[in-house]
Amino acid sequence: MTDNLLEIHEIHTFIGQFHILEGVSVRVPKGSITVLLGRNGAGKTTTLKSIMGMTPPARGSITFEGQSLIGKRPFTIAQMGVGYVPEHRAIFKALTVRENLLVAQRTSTDLERKADLIFQLFPDLKRLYALPGGNLSGGQQQMLAIARALVPDNRLLLIDEPSEGLAPVIIEQLMAAITQLSAQATVLLVEQNFRVASKLADRFVIIDEGKSPIHGEMRSLVGDEALIHRYLGVA
Amino acid sequence: MNKTADRTSILAICVVIVVLLVIGYLSAGSLGTFGITVLSGLFQGMLLFLVASGLSIIFGLMDILNFAQGAYFMIGAYVAYDLQHPGGVIDLTAIIPDPNVRFPVAVFGAILVGAILGVVLERGLLRPLYARPIFQLVLTFGVSLVLLEMVKFIWTTTPYSWTEVFGVRENFFELFGQRFSTYRLFVVGMGAALIIGIALLLRRTRIGIIIRAGVEDSAMVEALGINVRAIFTLVFTLGCAIAALGGAVAAPFLGASTSIGTTFLIQGIAVVVLGGMGSYEGTAVGSIMVGLAIAVAQSAAIGTDFAALPSITPMLLLILVLLLRPSGLFGGSGAR
Repeated sequence: MTDNLLEIHEIHTFIGQFHILEGVSVRVPKGSITVLLGRNGAGKTTTLKSIMGMTPPARGSITFEGQSLIGKRPFTIAQMGVGYVPEHRAIFKALTVRENLLVAQRTSTDLERKADLIFQLFPDLKRLYALPGGNLSGGQQQMLAIARALVPDNRLLLIDEPSEGLAPVIIEQLMAAITQLSAQATVLLVEQNFRVASKLADRFVIIDEGKSPIHGEMRSLVGDEALIHRYLGVA
Repeated sequence: MNKTADRTSILAICVVIVVLLVIGYLSAGSLGTFGITVLSGLFQGMLLFLVASGLSIIFGLMDILNFAQGAYFMIGAYVAYDLQHPGGVIDLTAIIPDPNVRFPVAVFGAILVGAILGVVLERGLLRPLYARPIFQLVLTFGVSLVLLEMVKFIWTTTPYSWTEVFGVRENFFELFGQRFSTYRLFVVGMGAALIIGIALLLRRTRIGIIIRAGVEDSAMVEALGINVRAIFTLVFTLGCAIAALGGAVAAPFLGASTSIGTTFLIQGIAVVVLGGMGSYEGTAVGSIMVGLAIAVAQSAAIGTDFAALPSITPMLLLILVLLLRPSGLFGGSGAR
């Protein structure tokens, strides 16, 4: 058994007739923050959805804690200890903050046990507890989406574009929270904002045109402007 | 939904109800007759709610417009009739001679048959088609036709009028010099209790919170570790069982006939659209409004040439509401 919590090997995923992932491999060491980098449409979100079983891969393998996730339905994968924070948050707007968190419970005491941790990471949520999710600002909704993944004892968190569309001051708060919660769970992040990604992550995997050509330590990527420019279009 | 839209909806509901009551009172002429119109409206509204609530929650959660919902209502009416009366497919008169005891058993039997047929439809036929919504729509329509033919085969096409006498069915009470049916009051009370009961289930219990979350985004609910397909089966079964209950309690007044399902399905669809697709609150309010409108139209049509007025009233009301609020009374809010 390796010290990788998650190992993805050469997965091929189709959406309809489109071949989106053409052999993506990612390994996520236990306790790390790993980030998937790449241009829009490269296949980062599809990689997370493939892990969750929402767009199941046609070929390749995905193992979590040594167990295969292939062929399992999303709810089983979630129950194995994988938390998912999707792009655009997908919080339940008609439900209150409390109800949003209650949906994520797997035992009747989950929320009670995790309330202190959640309110310490996101103090705003305590004040907004009885309000409908639809009344929250974009940043608050993102906090709620992450908090929802923290309610059960998840060992891996998949977080898709947490900084998207948020003000810099909110992004700073979220970055602090993600750094803190990485003490509780391993994180696999998708992040377009390279500045945010480089500050948060220990490791990176570049996804490009449905493949994963390069991976490594984040600090080695930060100085490599040619590589950043080639795959991410920023320098 | 923002506050302005909220106010528009409540204003529209109040205006429609007040207008209906005024027309009802003017056409009735006396307080007693007006009272009968109102009770009859609430009775029809509650029966409509029993069809429409299932339609609405199933549509909200599973994106299926269940065209078979009317057939479940019809089957509920036939099963209750059969169990209550002598000489049916299952003759309970010898086992339970007291009609007052037999009636709740007949109603329970109808609910059970509705639930079993609901599980069969969802698990056996709809489940393989979740990726093909249009196929599901056609399938539920096909199932409604099969169920109709099944009913004709078992009970023939002759409509049945309820003849069995039992306590609450026969009792009357007097108000404003008019005799009111206790049975109608009983159905109104039961419907009101169900409206509140389902609302409490949706608001206060974990399963209810999961259903409301699923109405918004069922894929996200599944990604949180909940077996959404099991929730689909539960909700679909409950929806069918409640429709069968509607048919069972309607039968003592309306009898059992092959046309009863279609009538209630069409009115039920009007209620669901008028209330706002997928909104539970909208369905409850919409059912009462449409029920009252039909009763007022029935009362107003007496002695005139407009005999078709009651049957076109739900659609007229639907057009009126959609002109004011294109997404329905509670559209874009509530459960959805």
